[in-house]
Amino acid sequence: MKKIIAGAAYVVGDAIDTDQIIPAEHLVYSLSDAEERRYYGRYALSGVPQGQQGLPYGDRPFTAPNAFRSEYAIVVGGSNFGCGSSREHAPFALQEAGCAAVVAESYARIFYRNAVDGGFIVPFESIERLLERVRTGDLLEIDTSLGKLSNRTTGEEFLLKPLGDVADILKAGNVFEFARQAGFMPA
Amino acid sequence: MTITEKILARRAGRDRVAPGDNIWVDVDILMTHDVCGPPTIDIFRREFGADAAPWDKEKLVIIPDHYIFTKNHHANRNVELLRAFAAEHDLPYYYDPGTPNYKGVCHMALAEEGFNLPGSLLIGTDSHTCTSGAFGMFSTGVGNTDAALIMGTGKIWLKVPETMRFVFEGSLPPYLMAKDLILQVIGDIGTDGGTYRALEFDGEAVYDLPVHERMTLTNMAIEAGGKNGIIPPDEKTFEYVRERTDRAFEPVYGDPGARCHSVRRYRVEEIEPLVAKPHSPDNRATVSEVAGTRLDRAYVGSCTGGKLEDFVAAANILRGQEVAIDTYIVPATTWIGEQLHSTRVEGDTLYEIFERSGCKLGQASCAACLGGPSDTFGRTHGSEVVISTTNRNFPGRMGSKQASVYLASPYTVAASALSGRITDPREALV
Ligand code: SF4
Repeated sequence: MKKIIAGAAYVVGDAIDTDQIIPAEHLVYSLSDAEERRYYGRYALSGVPQGQQGLPYGDRPFTAPNAFRSEYAIVVGGSNFGCGSSREHAPFALQEAGCAAVVAESYARIFYRNAVDGGFIVPFESIERLLERVRTGDLLEIDTSLGKLSNRTTGEEFLLKPLGDVADILKAGNVFEFARQAGFMPA
Repeated sequence: MTITEKILARRAGRDRVAPGDNIWVDVDILMTHDVCGPPTIDIFRREFGADAAPWDKEKLVIIPDHYIFTKNHHANRNVELLRAFAAEHDLPYYYDPGTPNYKGVCHMALAEEGFNLPGSLLIGTDSHTCTSGAFGMFSTGVGNTDAALIMGTGKIWLKVPETMRFVFEGSLPPYLMAKDLILQVIGDIGTDGGTYRALEFDGEAVYDLPVHERMTLTNMAIEAGGKNGIIPPDEKTFEYVRERTDRAFEPVYGDPGARCHSVRRYRVEEIEPLVAKPHSPDNRATVSEVAGTRLDRAYVGSCTGGKLEDFVAAANILRGQEVAIDTYIVPATTWIGEQLHSTRVEGDTLYEIFERSGCKLGQASCAACLGGPSDTFGRTHGSEVVISTTNRNFPGRMGSKQASVYLASPYTVAASALSGRITDPREALV
């Protein structure tokens, strides 16, 4: 986990479920093939309905049409981010698009777990609701060791909840490294 | 300790655990399917070596079910990858599409094949893995990474959840089904009301339900964010299991008065037939509140609404009448598909009843429950308004982002199929 995660914000609403993060029809691509996996970046967050894509504007796709990488590095969401299916393709798609962190009020547990155990993105929980305080395109900076989010565009600062137990897995890199350190897997 | 805590303690090799504890547990069964199996295998090979073998062949169950009847070549390739992996390791529990061994929807197949054992711990790469909890076991869904770690080691870390109890008292009126009960719960607590928690169901109305109907309750625990759903086992559970397997099991029960997060009690006579309106399973309304809403399509299928009991319920209403809108019938498993030809309602087989009333019958699989490739049976492509016995109605879930999906019991779906408008099943069940 990097000490500083910085980049442009992409703002979405509450209950962004895994079908919005990566629509089921795209789950057929290989996650390991270098050529095919890029499509997860292309279709990341493509299931978010028109009018809600990149708040407050509503018409800004996360990944530009025909691109494979997003220009946004930090997704800001409301409550119950990642609800729905268990598909690990969801945090993977965000990572593949170039996203490094999500800041949401709360998460569905499987998404949270997948994000951490696979080492795809860092899922931060915000203390206050940020949807109305951050606009898509604002420049954000997260200090992961201090647990602080700065909005460079507005000059506002927000505290994030501590990562707790999962910080050990995030520091190890993923659950395999963590399991090796715990002695459940041969090094 | 609650039943969930006791099972976790047992599989962690400890005397006690408490909510919030992070523990490593031994997994009894790992289940995966065609969407998450191939990437799980990729990660497993990356971490454990290209020739590594699964930790225990007897405990790995692979059930392709999601994208089966499609021409999409990526989807077909996923099934081929599973087939090759099963052959390479000589896996005894791989259910190959296109052969008599093919089963259909994984959660139902796990039950039918006797993998759901009271007191055991099952992990699957599918969020509805919580379904198996209807057998008094711990079950939950995980992603590919966690599954790959289990495939190599048989272990997973879990945070012990707090338990929310839901007690259903009274006897179920003839127009209600398990689906109405769970929509009541999800409407009450919301799609994140059970996040990180165990949802435990009991009460006489739950024990009156056949085992398959109980699975509808635990299936949708995830729709409230729950980690697992669980129903303490009874004689019906044991009978169901013994008819299907001779594997040994040891049931577990919670201590009376075990500490819980909360207890909610319901009198089932007071519950109304319910729907979840678009676009969230907690967007509850009574059927009477939305009665008359115009529909384009009805759908009876999936792990939660494509069981034999669901088709018997639908047939009771459809028998001798014609549907007014496109109505899709998709059995969860091939066994259920066979039962459509042998189970009768007043002399006619379910299959005959559905055919005569103008339904479209599909093959056992997940089908349009989650949209899927564009040639998937029953998938939405436009702004259809659908009433469905499935478990999710998020935007785009059944294919098209513009479609609107109402979730309801098979009674309500069938009654609505006849009129083309949302209809109270009590009107059709006289
Ligand atoms: S039927 Fe639907 S909910 Fe059930 S496993 Fe298949 S896709 Fe998931």
